[in-house]
Order: sequence, then structure tokens, then C-alpha cells
Amino acid sequence: MVFLAEHFVRAPQWTWYILFYFFFAGLAGGAYVLGTLLRLSGDPRDEHASKLGYYVALPALVLCPILLTADLGASWSRFWHMLIDVTPGETSPILHYWSPMSTGAWALLIFGVFAFVSAADAWLADRRGAPLLPPAVGRVIGIAGSLFALFIASYTGVLLSVSNQPVWSDTWTLGGLFLASGLSGAAALITLLVRYRSEAVVSLARLRVADGYFSILELVLLVAFFITVALAGEATRIVSWFPLWIVALVGIVASLLGVRRPARAPVTGETAAAPLAIEATVVSVLVLVAVLAMRAAVIFSAQ
Amino acid sequence: MAQSIQAGQSYGFFTDTSVCIGCKACEVACKEWNQLQGDSPAFLADSFDNTGSLDAQNWRHVQFVEHVPDESATTGNGTAWLMMSDVCKHCKHASCMEVCPTGAIIRTEFDTVFIQQDVCNGCRNCIAACPYSVIGMNQQTGTAHKCTLCYDRLQGGLEPACAKACPTQSIQFGPLADLQKAADVRLATLHSQGQTQAQLYGRDESVYGGLNAFFLLMDKPETYGLPNADNARLPSRNDAGGYLAALVTGVLAVVAGLVAFRRRVTR
Repeated sequence: MVFLAEHFVRAPQWTWYILFYFFFAGLAGGAYVLGTLLRLSGDPRDEHASKLGYYVALPALVLCPILLTADLGASWSRFWHMLIDVTPGETSPILHYWSPMSTGAWALLIFGVFAFVSAADAWLADRRGAPLLPPAVGRVIGIAGSLFALFIASYTGVLLSVSNQPVWSDTWTLGGLFLASGLSGAAALITLLVRYRSEAVVSLARLRVADGYFSILELVLLVAFFITVALAGEATRIVSWFPLWIVALVGIVASLLGVRRPARAPVTGETAAAPLAIEATVVSVLVLVAVLAMRAAVIFSAQ
Repeated sequence: MAQSIQAGQSYGFFTDTSVCIGCKACEVACKEWNQLQGDSPAFLADSFDNTGSLDAQNWRHVQFVEHVPDESATTGNGTAWLMMSDVCKHCKHASCMEVCPTGAIIRTEFDTVFIQQDVCNGCRNCIAACPYSVIGMNQQTGTAHKCTLCYDRLQGGLEPACAKACPTQSIQFGPLADLQKAADVRLATLHSQGQTQAQLYGRDESVYGGLNAFFLLMDKPETYGLPNADNARLPSRNDAGGYLAALVTGVLAVVAGLVAFRRRVTR
């Protein structure tokens, strides 16, 4: 029995600001999680790539509230109403757990603190040669922050679904899809940044393996997304954006090809890593473009 | 309404589309009282509807559902037009209110749904949620606007402007229980006259827990752009599935990441 959805809603006009917010939220959350996982790998040489993750998470995250505030238009100075209910006579903090926008606003604030602490700790460690926080404390902060990072990278998809919009509200896949693609994009971004920190090259091959795993998840969810939306009778809305979907698929396939190739390079010297770096650069750029294209296709298919 | 309007009681509209003549007096009265300047006129060819849709400037909208046949209909058999004065439904379980992150959307002492303009910050989550396409953004104020069910008039003991102006009593205002009784009587009358397609929309709880502004329709809800009872679902229905998929993905991704990073590179 196929349930055909009917939609008579107006589009909320969440466009460019929100697209780039989704992009940077995915990268910030993904990079923070990867930074933590690399630190937990047990190999101290991964510390360099881990720091790259923390370094990139902070600026990506800082862009998020700026983009969201800009999207409010003439009411931009009321951005803090997301956190404080200013109903006359009843002013108090507001958290509606059933509204992803409400939980997301708080999660952004809390994750911002974690992202700052972890990036600052990494920076101080680089400056002084030893981290400010004891390693165990840094690890605990990384794990706690990663929970919020995972939320930030995924809740944006759930937010779209918790609506009555065509496509968005016809599927349960968007939260997982955005998370998998955010992690994949973050792995690609860290790969690109290795050129500025050559010691991190030891982690490169395994970052690509991780990227491949994330892309498998993303591919599975993408298929589920198409099926759920088609079953609701809204397939034409997503098909009309097929160029963007093809760009997204190219990125996924590129990173999947990366995982098939055995980690061949002896990762001790920079010369051995050079040919790998060119290929990795191409794959990473394709993946990052795909992360943006997939979100654009999802956003614009309903509006 | 003759009797006084009291806080703590449920009020609403009963819009009887069977007697709407499409005069748009409701639209004019609404704009006049609420000081809405209206959208700049658009030419909507081939229709008597030049309002378009409910939005920040149009809080009442007379829909013209036009089935003008190529050949003239036989006498007494013409259903060339269905007319319906559309408005915010003031749902018992309101999608807009559910997703609003700022607490701007409240239920008033008259049991109506109201957007507090000094609290709203223009995030547009309510627009994404409203299944009736009622709410619109005012770019000047940067806030969301819709019918207030003339909250200010009710506080002053006056009935809403649209109901006051309606010349055919297509728009009736009053305590919800009274309106529901009147609607049941009207429906029975129409059915006894052979108008079996007449039906009430939002009179009972099947649509968003019941609508404070409910309708008598002369065709199925979809014809008027209203979701039927099966499709009238709240945004929060997708919370559990969406978060569960994200959680499963997150667990799998973390495990995958740990596996990938733990794999030692052979020297």
C-alpha cells in the first residue's frame, strides 16, 4: 500500500545562507569527530591530523551562527530569541526538544564551547610543545564534544523533515545522510590541509579509508532517500535536480574508489606520499563539492 | 455576536462555503482593520482570483475553484465555481506552534493561535510547517504574519472584521460549541436537499485535533487545497524516525572511523 502524500505548504525560502550553514555545520561537526577519533586511535603520530581536525572545526563552526543570523533578515538582532523566550511577563530560557531548530540553537552554543576549548588546547600544545590540558582530560572533552558535533552535523537534516514540506517531510533519511556526508567532507578537508602540516601525512591513507566507509553509509542512505521520496509520490521534485545529484554521486564514487586501493605508500617520507597527494587532492575536492551539491539538491527540491 | 466575548472561552469561525458569493468583502474588511497594505497587484489570468494566496498581507483569501465547462451547463446543474473564504484554521494542534523555536506563537485567552510580533525573529520554521500555506513573511518587519482572529477586536468585545462584513453569513463568528451546532444543522439541511457532496472540514478531531476555524465544503478537501484527514499530520511525526536514522548512522560511522584509524600501516 503506497501512501501518496499531499502538500499544500508554502516554501520557507531557506536558500543560500541556509545551504552554506548546512555545509559548514556538517564540516565542523565532522572535523571535530574525526579529530577525536584520530586521537583515540592509539597511534601518537595521528596527533597531527587530529589537531588539523580541531583547527578546522572551530572556524567552520564560527561561520554557522553568522550565516543563520544573516538569514533572519530584518530581525537579525533577535537571533538570541532562539534561546530566550521574551514573551512579555514570561521571559525565560526556551528549549523545545521536539523542535530541531530549538535544540539545534542550544547545541550550536554548547558545541561552540567544545570546539573553542579543543582548538585552543591544540594550539597551545603546538606553541608550547605540550598540551595545556592533561591528555586524559583532553580526551574526555573530545568525546563529550563529539556527541554535540555528531548532533550538529545531523540535526539539520532532521529539521528539514520536521515540517510539512514535500520531499523533506516524506523521508526519515536526511539526518543520517547529512551526517555521513559531513564526516566524508571533513575527511576530505583534513586531507587537503595535510599539505600545510606534513607530519600529518602518516594519517592520510587511513583518512581515505574512513572516508570510503562514510561514503558507503552515505550511498545506502541516499538510496533509501530516493526510495522513500518516490514512495510518497514526490520523485519528480528530486529528479528535476539531477545535475546536482550526479555531482553528489561523483564525489561518493570517487571516495569509494579511494578505499578500494590498498594503502600502498610507505608513509615515512614525503617523497613517497607525493603521488598519493595529487590523487587525494582531486578526490577530496570532488567530495567537498559533492557535500555541497547534495545539500543544495535536497534544499531546492522542496522549494 | 450579541453576547459578550469572554476570555477563557473557545472562539472561532464557521465558514460556510455553500453561501459564499465571492464578493471579497472579508478581504477588504480584514485589510482595513488590520492596516494591511496588500501585495502589489498581479495579473492572474483566467481567474476571478486576483489575490493569489494567503500570506503576510492577505489574512482572508477568497478562493475561486473554477471548473468552467466548455459548453454551458444545464439549468440548475452548474458548478462552474466553488468559492471559499480561506483563513488561518487556528488548529487545536497547530504545526506552526509546534516547531516555533522562540515561543512567539501562542494560544490566546480566546483559544486562537497568535504570533507575537515582538518575539518572532523571522526564522520561517512556521512557514515550513503550516500545512495550509497560511503564514507569510513581512520583509520590512522581518517577522511572520497571519490572521490574528482579530485578537485586538476580541479584547474590545467586537467580532472579527471579516465576519462582521460578510453579507451572506458565509463567515460566522462565535463560541466554538455554538458554531459546531450551527454547522451540523446546516449540513443536515444541505444533505436533505440532495447536496450529498457537502461535508464539514475540521469540525471534528480528525484534522489537527479540530480546527477553531472550520469549514463547510461542497467538494472534497483536496479540491480547495486542504489536506485530507490522512495527510493532516504534525511535523513532530518525523522527529523519532529522523533522529533514529541519525543515531544509527552516527554509531556506525564512529565504529567505522575507529576501525579505519586503528588499522596499522605496514612499515
